[in-house]
This record gives sequence, structure tokens and C-alpha cells, in this order.
Amino acid sequence: MSQAIEGSARPVAPGTANEPTPPASEENARREDAATLLQRIARGNVLVVVLAFVFAFLIGSILILVASAEVRAAAGYLFARPADTFRAAWDAITGAYAAMFRGSVFDLQGFTRVREDLESRGGSGSYVWGPALLRGFKPLLETLTVATPLIIASIGMAVSFRSGLFNIGGTGQLIVGAVAAGFVGFAVSLPPVIHVLVCIAAAIIAGGLYGGLAGFLKARFGASEVITTIMLNWIAVYGLAYALTTSAFTGANKAQPTSPSVGENAVLPLIAGSQNRLHLGLLIAVLAAVFLWWLMSRSAMGFRFRAVGSNPRAAEVAGIDVGRSAIGVMFAAGALVGLAGGVHILGTEHRLTGNVAGSIGFDAITVALLGRSGPLGIVLAGILFAGLSTGGRFMESNQSVPLDLVQVIQALVVLFIAAPPLVRYLVGLRSVDRPGAPRARGRRAASPAAAAPAPSGSSAAPASSSAPEPRSAGTDTKGGTA
Amino acid sequence: MKLELRGITKVFGTFVANDSIDLVVEPGEIHSLLGENGAGKSTLMNVLYGLYQPDGGQILLDDRPVQFSGPGDAMRAGIGMVHQHFMLVPPFTVAENVVLGHEPTKGGLLDLATARRTVREISARFGFDLDPDAIVEELPVGAQQRVEIIKALSRRAEILVLDEPTAVLTPQETDELMAIMRQLRDEGTSIVFITHKLREVKAVADRITVIRRGRVVGSADPSADQTELASLMVGRQVALTLDKAPAEPGDTALQVRGLTVTDEAGVTTLDGVDLDVRRGEVLGIAGVQGNGQTELTEALLGLQKNVRGSILLGGEEIVGRSTRQVLDAGVGFVPEDRTHDALVPDFSVAENLVLDQHRRPPFGSGLSLKLKAIHERAKEAVREYDVRTGSVDSAVSTLSGGNQQKIVMARALGRDLSLFIASQPTRGVDVGSIEFLHRRIIAERDKGTPVIIVSTELDEITQLSDRIAVMYRGSILGIVPGDEDRDVLGLMMAGYTVEAAREAVAGGARTTDTQLVDEGEIV
Repeated sequence: MSQAIEGSARPVAPGTANEPTPPASEENARREDAATLLQRIARGNVLVVVLAFVFAFLIGSILILVASAEVRAAAGYLFARPADTFRAAWDAITGAYAAMFRGSVFDLQGFTRVREDLESRGGSGSYVWGPALLRGFKPLLETLTVATPLIIASIGMAVSFRSGLFNIGGTGQLIVGAVAAGFVGFAVSLPPVIHVLVCIAAAIIAGGLYGGLAGFLKARFGASEVITTIMLNWIAVYGLAYALTTSAFTGANKAQPTSPSVGENAVLPLIAGSQNRLHLGLLIAVLAAVFLWWLMSRSAMGFRFRAVGSNPRAAEVAGIDVGRSAIGVMFAAGALVGLAGGVHILGTEHRLTGNVAGSIGFDAITVALLGRSGPLGIVLAGILFAGLSTGGRFMESNQSVPLDLVQVIQALVVLFIAAPPLVRYLVGLRSVDRPGAPRARGRRAASPAAAAPAPSGSSAAPASSSAPEPRSAGTDTKGGTA
Repeated sequence: MKLELRGITKVFGTFVANDSIDLVVEPGEIHSLLGENGAGKSTLMNVLYGLYQPDGGQILLDDRPVQFSGPGDAMRAGIGMVHQHFMLVPPFTVAENVVLGHEPTKGGLLDLATARRTVREISARFGFDLDPDAIVEELPVGAQQRVEIIKALSRRAEILVLDEPTAVLTPQETDELMAIMRQLRDEGTSIVFITHKLREVKAVADRITVIRRGRVVGSADPSADQTELASLMVGRQVALTLDKAPAEPGDTALQVRGLTVTDEAGVTTLDGVDLDVRRGEVLGIAGVQGNGQTELTEALLGLQKNVRGSILLGGEEIVGRSTRQVLDAGVGFVPEDRTHDALVPDFSVAENLVLDQHRRPPFGSGLSLKLKAIHERAKEAVREYDVRTGSVDSAVSTLSGGNQQKIVMARALGRDLSLFIASQPTRGVDVGSIEFLHRRIIAERDKGTPVIIVSTELDEITQLSDRIAVMYRGSILGIVPGDEDRDVLGLMMAGYTVEAAREAVAGGARTTDTQLVDEGEIV
């Protein structure tokens, strides 16, 4: 051929090649390990989440001040006696957050009261401490109770998010699961243990089928799961409302839109004494988290889910049935959310009402995103979210701070977490990187450090952390470093 | 305009992409920047275009230092850039795209008449056949590239940077582009031509600067020997030809008869293809992109919907089987576009290596994955294919294009095959790795596996193939021996039948390559 060059065809063993090494080479990786540990922590999501809460609570404080009658009254004569205003402000803020803590984690007053009461009656040792601690931690147990269905539902959401499907159908799947578990719970009579297991199985299957329906519509007809799941929510909400007007669901008392309580054998047993609502569902939530870990990082099915979610075309070429995967994902997600509905009915609510799902279906989306769709993250985020709502309720009754404020704080937390660069900017960790834009548009950026104001040691060299690597500049999207 | 880069340095984290690079482009010269993938060519040009700020060094235009804080500054200074991946708005017309960003207005309204006139004027000057009102996404790739060039010229670019402009072009379009480049140069435009293809450099460049690992490692005249350039570029001796033993074909393993594919709009994209591939031979499929090659390989893999005809693999019909069943029958497949069709970007190297094998032992049991076996396999493949990666757990998207391609090849070749199909097996891969991947394909052939190679690079086809089928408009125009004349193949790719092509070549028709050979520029 025309370009043949004789004598030069000396074979060279691959591996001895002196090729350019990409930035992610072994050497570099090792060198960076030590140098950038701090930097990576600073960049890490955990810090962003913590800071998001700090900022949300700071803004929340301002709102507490505005909402507080005492502060407003004191501010009326601010210039006459400024100390009054500041004292009132301080009292309002500390009072509100102390109440939130007391209502969600530990009630010191309750603890002290029980302890003194028992001691005055001559008790000592574990006879005093046991009941006292149980009373003190009553708010935490209540928080865990509220967190239980939220965590399970969020795990279902996480399955779909990590598989690239945006399931908005939490409410619908939760209702369907709750209805199935509740109906089997009050309409059928079965022996202990078996009854509750059958109820749970009914919830899982019903939720799975309801979620799977959205998956089927996507796989077979290309319908967007965002739209179908939202519509299925309404169908479930009004379907339940209608069902609660029929005697099949309301039993004898047709005037009340509530079902009878589930049978005794169908109730999830309490696990922290009869004074607390905490039930065995907590264990189910933990098992669900373990299941999520196994499904997404150990199972062949989860491998396919993730592959399809990330690059459906490559998955298809590798022999993975993309449609079947979508149905599988939505079935698994729906089954878990349905389980959450079942646990909610069998553990806490015991009877179906029109508003049985509450806002769990939508909160689960937030919790799943907050927990980065990972098992541990979801458990922590779920408890946190539940704590905010139990604490907020106590704050409202105890300090007359409106409950709406807690919802504002929740919204702010999510808002801050959704914009990590904003959080880093607010604490001065480094300059804001506009996603997609080449950094350092400024005219002065001539030195490597110029783009990053470095206020502390931890950010000595963060300039390149999310600045476009050579290959992200759109010049070589085939993946080669430019 | 004279362009000078002095000591340009660009650092990303700990990675030095450009290390004190000096470059002088004289007015009216085609200056070729030659280097492998990842050598730092594109980074350098992005610095020049104001997309990156240099960490050191100076840019001088006509001996005056300048500073660009963005592409707008660079454009105003007379620098135009044609990116490898076009920056066009697909549903807009040619005229709209050309004026985008500096739209002429009349009384506050868009003045499209002026825009059309601009397009017509420049088209006429360079003999481009471009309709200003054509929708860009409906144009062939070569024409889209011309839109990019007009866009740059309409802003009075005196220095034109072409980043890997031929990567997306057919041989004919490449020849046309080179003619345009020469004409631009003759009118005084300086051109920086970025490429890693030696043939093109030799055909068109006035000066050559070779970059390796972010440094200038030498400059050369176009008269320099190709092997010399290749060695300079790679940093070691490379073989540009492949030593391979003659094929020892066995019995027919794959028999394709009357294979016809229609797309969703009812258009016939593959029309009655007949093929035989025997054990231990490489059948090359040549043709300009978009003449049915994609449909052919996808039909073989069960990825096309409306397929008629018959495909017998080892005597068994595979038309109508699912992709999974075809893969289970022992077909190894390298798709033409690795990022789109082959790799899951946020999966690790190890996970990508078992993407199509994860159900089967030893990597999985159907229910759960055997992480240990997957890990071992990945380490073995990374060692065998010399994949440059920090760890087998790194996301595949962090690897360079060449290393990604090695992973796709390693996956397809990682088991006993009944048929190996590779589309563009070395697309975007540098010279050093091409050599290795070609060897690996021939080794598979020598094991007795029937091999189909689809490539738009004639070099690759002629080096690997024992027989060559040329595709044109969904049909096979003819099947010729592996050592068929290049010009005959080139003409067949343009739609000549075998006989007509041979006749025309005998009558003196030739392409750029053979002209150069005659002029003694290419050995």
C-alpha cells in the first residue's frame, strides 16, 4: 500500500509504550491521596449537608424573630431600650430551637419529673433510670415512628432515582399499599403472625403492580413516567376517597369516611412500651435499607437497572432488555413504597382515612435526594426530616412558633443542598464555579491560584476540583483528554 | 496575520496539559499541529481561543501581546475556530447559524437578507455549494463543516483553527476540505490544522509542529518521512503496517442472504445484502459513513426491528432473536460509537468489562454478582490491553478515548467467540494503540474466528481485511480481494461498480494519495 514503509515494522510490545498518561494515572492518584484529603472532605457532600442545615436554621431564626410578638413589641422602642429587643430576640430564637430539640429528641423536663417522682417514692438504680430515660427519649421514639414509613418510601424512591427514572408516584403507590394492607387487615381474619405477614405481602404486591403499571406504560408506549405516576397519584387519591364511601370499606358506619381498624393479629407490635407508638416497622425499615444496598450494589438486577439508567443504548447493545428493566425498576420502587404504606397502616394508623398518605409520598422524594439515594444517607435523612416535623409540632404548641416555619426550614435545607456551590460560596470555601462554564473568565487570571480566593488552609488548591478538566471543554467529547 | 505563542503553560490540578509551548504561525501558511490524543493540542487551541486562561506565557498577534478573556475577544482579534464537534444550532438555517451571535438588524428586526447575502458571497468565493436557507441538521456532515468555516470567515477570521476537522469526513470530503484549505491559504488566511493523521498532514501542511505530553517535541517539513513523524509523535518506534500471515479460511460460519432492513419511516436502509464469512478470515466492510453499515451490524446483533431475509450463524437462524440470545450464541460486538453504544459512563472499568456477561458464570449467578471474579477479570484485561487507569474501580468516563476503546475491545474479545464484529475498532485511538488493537484482531482471526470489520478508514480496511465488501446506499456493490487497489476502493465507495472502478483507474483516475505517491512525497 501507498503508506507502507519498509523496515520500520518492528513490533513493539504494548505496555512499553511511552504514551501520554491521563491525569487519573496511578502515580497522580497516589500523590493526590494525601495532599487533597482535606480538600475532598471540604468538597464532600456531608459538609454541604451540615452547612445547609446551619444556613437554613440561620434564616429560620430571622423568621422566628419576625413571627415573635415579643420581639416585635420590643422593637417598637428599640432606640429607647435596645437591650430589650436583643434579649427578646435571643429568647425567641433559643426558646424555639430548644423546644424543637425537646419535641424531637430528648425531653429533659419529662426525664427530670419522672426521675424525681420515682426517687421521692424511694426508688433507686435502674428502677428509676429505666423509666426516666424512656420518658426522656419519648420524643426521639416518636420521631423514629414518624420516620419509619418515610424511610421505607424513600428507599423505594431511591431505587427509581438510581435507575434513572423519576418516580413521582409515591403518594399513589403508598395509598395502594395502605389500602391493600388495610383491607386484608380488617376484612379477613387470620391467625397471629400469619395475618400481619399476609397484610404486608398484599401491600408489597399492590404497590409493585401500581408502580409496575407506570413502568409498563413507559416500556410499551413510551409514556413519560413523570406524567403517568402523577396521574396515577390522583387516581389513587380519589379512588380511596370513593372507596371510603362504600360499605365494603367503611363497614356498618357509612356516615364516616373511615374504615374499621385492622384486626388485632394484623397490627405490627409495639417495641418500646405501650406509652410509645414505636412499632416493629422500624426493623422493616432497617431491612429495607439493607435490601437497597444489596439490590443496587450486589445484585445482577440492580446492575441492569443502573446500566439502563445511565446509558440505555449501551445496555441494549449489551443484551439488556431496556423495557423489561423499566418495568422491573418501577415494580421494585412501587413495592417498597407500597410496603411503606402497609407499615404505616399496620403500625401507626390502624385504619384507612382519606388522608392516610399525608405528605409522605412527596417527602420521600426529598429524603431520597437528601440521602443521596444511599441506604445510610436515607436512614439519617429520614430521621432528620421526621425530627423536624415532630419537633416543629412541639415548637408550635410550646412556643407558639407557627409550624409553617418548620416547613420553610425544610424547604431551605433542600434548596441549599441542591446548590452546593452556593453553600461553599457562603462560607468562602472557594469561588463559585458556574457549571459548564470554563472557569476564570476574569482578566486577571494569570496564575494557577488566581481563580480561587483561598481564605483558609483547607482550600489551598481547590481551584481545579470542579473546574472543567481538559476533556469537558466540549472539544473532545469522545473522552480523550485534550 | 502572524500568530505567535510564547511559553504557553496550562495546568489542570497536578496535570500539566501544556508545558511552555512555543509556536509561530506565519501569515498564509498551513501549520499542522500533530500529536496523539491527550497530547495537549486542543488545550493549546482553547487557550488561544480564550476558552482557557494560560497559567503562563503569552499570545502575540502580529508581534503585539494580546489577552483574551473569552472567545468573543479572540473572534474580534481575527481568530476563528472550527471545533471537532460542531457548534451549530441544528434546526436553524445556514444563514441563521452563520450570523448567530452578531446578527445584522434592520430597525430592530433580524436582517436575514444580509445574512443570506453573506453566505452566498463566501460560498461563491470558495465554490461551496451551500443554500443559505437549508436547515443545518438536514445537511451532510461535510456541508455542516463548511457552515462552520463560513461562520468563521464571515467574522473576518485571519487565523483559522481547525480542530481534527477530518475525523468526521469521508475520504472525498477530506479531499474537498484540503482544497478549501489551500485556497484559503492562498488568499492569505493562516490555518492551524490539528490532527493525528499523518497522511493528511503530509498532503496539506506547510509546517508541522509535533506535540507530545504537552510539550513541543519537534517540528518538521511535510517532506519528512511518515515513520519519522509517527515516532516523534508517539515517542517510540511504531509500525505503520501490519505484519500478518495470509488467512487460512475454513468453512463458512456466517451466511447472510437477502438481508433487508426498513427504518421506522419505512425507508429501506439495507437492501438485499448477501454475505459469507468463513472461519479464520477478516471480511472488511468499506464505505462512506451512512451507507447501511450501521444497519447491517445492528441487524446481525438483533438490534434492528424490521428485518427480512436470513442470517445463518453456524447453521442457525438468528434473525428474530433478541440481542441477548445473539450474544449468548457467541457473538462479540464492538459498536461504532463507544460513548453512545458501548460504555456506561459512570460504571467502573470493571463493571463495563462485564456489561454483557454479568448474568453468566463466573461473573454472576443470575441473582447476584460475583464481585471477586469481576474484579479479577478486570485486572487481567487491564494488564493484557495495557489500559491506563488508576484503578479498575475508576469510572470509565475518567479514561481517555483510546483507553475506553481498549475496554470495549477487551470486553468483546474476552471469551470464546463464534463471530467477531467490530465497527470502527480504532476510532479516536492513537497510533501506538491502533497497532496493538489491530494485532489483537488478527490474533482472533488466527484462532479461527470469523471476523467482520466495518470501517470508514480505508487504511484500516486494507490493512486488516482478507476480503473487502464495499457498501453503497444500503447494498453491497461488490466484494473484492483484500489487496485491491486503493483507488478502485475509493471509487467504489463513491458508487462505481467493481468493473467501472477498475476501468476508471486504468484510465487514470486517482485521488490525493496516489498523486502524492507519484510526486514522490509518500513512499
